[in-house]
Amino acid sequence: MSDQPVTEPTSPLARIRGLIDVPSILTTFLAVVLALLVGAVIVAIADEDTVSALPYLAARPADALGAGFSAAVAAYVALFQGSFGSLNAVSETLVAATPLILTGLAVTVPFRAGLFNIGGEGQVIVGGATAGLVGFSLTGLPAVIHLPLALLAGLAGGALYGALPGLLKAKTGAHEVISTIMLNNIAGLVLIEVLVTGLFQAPGRSDPISKGIEESAALPVVGGGFRLDAGLLIALAAGAAIWWLLTRSTLGFEIRAVGANAVAATTAGMSAARTTVTTMAIAGGLAGLGGAGLILGAAGQGTVTPGFASGVGFDGITVALLGRGKPWGTVVAGVVFGALKAGGRTMQSQTSTPVDLVLVIQALVILFIAAPVLIRALFRLKETSEATKGVAAGWGA
Amino acid sequence: MRLELQGITKRFPGVVANDHVDLVVEAGEVHGLLGENGAGKSTLMNILYGLYSADEGTIHVDGEQVRFDDPGDAIAAGIGMVHQHFMLVGPFTVAENIVLGVEHTRGAGRLDRESANEAVAELSARYGLPVDPTAVVEELPVGVQQRVEILKALYRDARCLILDEPTAVLTPQEADDLFEAMAGLRDDGRSLIFISHKLREHRAIADRISVLRRGKIVGTADPRTADESELAEMMVGRPVELTVHKEEHEAGDVALTVEGLTVLDPDTGKALVDDVSFEVRRGEIVGIAGVEGNGQSELVRALTGLHAPDAGRVDLLGTDLLALDRKHVLRSGLGHIPEDRNLEGLVGEFTIAENLALNLWDAEPFARGPQLDHRAIHDNAVRAIDEFDIRTPSAETPVGNLSGGNAQKVVVAREFSRPIDLLVASQPTRGVDVGSIEYIHGRIVEKRDADTAVLIVSSELDEVLALADRIAVIHQGRLVGPLPMPVAKDDIGRLMAGAHLQDVLGDAEGER
Repeated sequence: MSDQPVTEPTSPLARIRGLIDVPSILTTFLAVVLALLVGAVIVAIADEDTVSALPYLAARPADALGAGFSAAVAAYVALFQGSFGSLNAVSETLVAATPLILTGLAVTVPFRAGLFNIGGEGQVIVGGATAGLVGFSLTGLPAVIHLPLALLAGLAGGALYGALPGLLKAKTGAHEVISTIMLNNIAGLVLIEVLVTGLFQAPGRSDPISKGIEESAALPVVGGGFRLDAGLLIALAAGAAIWWLLTRSTLGFEIRAVGANAVAATTAGMSAARTTVTTMAIAGGLAGLGGAGLILGAAGQGTVTPGFASGVGFDGITVALLGRGKPWGTVVAGVVFGALKAGGRTMQSQTSTPVDLVLVIQALVILFIAAPVLIRALFRLKETSEATKGVAAGWGA
Repeated sequence: MRLELQGITKRFPGVVANDHVDLVVEAGEVHGLLGENGAGKSTLMNILYGLYSADEGTIHVDGEQVRFDDPGDAIAAGIGMVHQHFMLVGPFTVAENIVLGVEHTRGAGRLDRESANEAVAELSARYGLPVDPTAVVEELPVGVQQRVEILKALYRDARCLILDEPTAVLTPQEADDLFEAMAGLRDDGRSLIFISHKLREHRAIADRISVLRRGKIVGTADPRTADESELAEMMVGRPVELTVHKEEHEAGDVALTVEGLTVLDPDTGKALVDDVSFEVRRGEIVGIAGVEGNGQSELVRALTGLHAPDAGRVDLLGTDLLALDRKHVLRSGLGHIPEDRNLEGLVGEFTIAENLALNLWDAEPFARGPQLDHRAIHDNAVRAIDEFDIRTPSAETPVGNLSGGNAQKVVVAREFSRPIDLLVASQPTRGVDVGSIEYIHGRIVEKRDADTAVLIVSSELDEVLALADRIAVIHQGRLVGPLPMPVAKDDIGRLMAGAHLQDVLGDAEGER
């Protein structure tokens, strides 16, 4: 038996935590820029005119390069127009951003407690289903009661579904990454089953689709032909609440302490197990709210369908990474990815560039954020944070 | 190998970690490097090992100027380093670890295990560093793991070996074995650089001592003739009290009663703490001595609400501590300095201010309802930094950036700043520099004089002897004593080795 570990343990989780802690705002920004640049190259190469000019690249290089350049410019112009080019584009960006902000926060909070919540998707599904259930089952209520009730149902459903892996971890040590992934699948499959039960299924339908929610449970829309709804306000309020939680509250102090050093937190009298469950419940609640917004908001059809979550729970992981584990960073990152999503649709319809480019750019952003050393080398940034780390590690005898 | 460092300077933002350091290490010499935490010893060695590059200065090996851009260069030049935290692959065998990176292969990349095992066995025998080449490293005791590290350097033909605080993780017996092996390497003509802040150890093994303070070499000394208090003064920069000043103090009522406390090993059912009973009175310091691993960690964990014991009673001024969870144990008047400050005592990435509020985070004055009172947390830190002489640029500095001594002062300040009836201090000065040891010991005695009951648990026998009013010895989970001081150091030593009290006391009677 050895009484001390042979090497400094670097758990995978510590690496993930390092991943969100290390990048500065500058490296994060540069990662996005670099991703867009690489994306442009991909657009250029995939462009038909460029490809047809390639055979005589050596003779007339300007043809291929020019075609590629104009294709990339056209794609990005369309992308921008679709995301910020008009009031309607901004509205669409914010509509897409609303669930992303919430699912991003659902990953950010557990990050700070040293937990990796992959279960956003499942929590969105459960939250959306419970919100929908309350939305169409209760009738005759005034909107001031019905809407909050439906939202609350989404929050509670998500929170319970999030607390489950927290409880499993606290009681049995089951790793939350594994259990949340499994719970995603369970939520998706069970949803299809319940949608064909009498409780959910729309009358006269044989496919899995729920009844439509009551008007009184729908989120108010800004109107004027825009689809933007009050869900955005909920997402922003959630961002503010999580900022308060993490920086100002005693519970947030506990969450951060457990995340940074669970042994020291326990020695100081905190309960790591309880904090784990609470954190996962908060995360699930946030994702559940995101799911509720998808069902109760104007962007949805007002019905629960098997694919309604459409991956926003997974996108939340990317959003949280881009947001560097900070609540406001996550809100901004949610808007950035919302813009990519909204703009991608316009890009696809106006140019020959498929919407899949948006996914490529998202992936590249994360790749570059995960490689801060690469970013620093490319842009010749000084390693200020590393140098100070040297002091911390090496200077203390 | 003769090693010469000239004018080595290394600056970090805001700090000059090494300031024109000149150091000569002769072949066949053990060169001691003495200095407080943060004096720049590790930085200097990291430069020598190619981990950092010096801003100024040159390195000569056997008269030839060299330049190390990474540890590979340093290793090629014959420099080996045994880090404080071992760089070993736990699930690999001893031989695999030693040949890792320079392994022999037989065609098609197959590892030649037999020749590796033979080479390691041969090396091990030659230098008197016994290891089993086929043993799995993570199953070995720390002392043996360290031998593997040394052998790893020797296998790469290190002619200058740097040992960074090698004794910090060793028992006294293991340290003696290490010194013997070091002497063997010296006689073989190799040069060794030995880093430690324990004066005693330098006297035991070093041929020459260089003292580093605030990045500068402030003097060299001959350990055979140097005076301990002179060395301490050189190191700290002012006269240091090496003995604890303690007035007589009348002990008061019983504060802590421990009865029949038993902790079993959950796997084997063996008693780690075996039916331990003792009392600590107000205004007295009870010390528990013992070789590490004899149940003192488990005893303290059971006493302080971190682990539920299998049997027994713990009573603090009428409160049954075993009925409370850790949070409420701490809040019913128990202060605890845990044995491993980095793991248990502090959250490294939290600020000093946050760490000072760590165990009262949700109570007055640091919280109002569900909200933290950042002003109160900050003001408390400013006061504590001043009162406890914590050397830091600000209250918002992460604790992980502090030197060992200053980090420990944060733990001490936290426990001493709230009202406590009993202080339980485990290894209160481990890895702490001489100046801070003096300070922390002074504060503990002050606490006793203010009628707090104090329990010190330490594997540093000198520390227990210096502080305790009554001393107990723990051996294989069984407690002997507490005996009123003074008790002869030899007698305590024999009890620590497992001798029976009657035998030890009987002998003592006979001698009188």
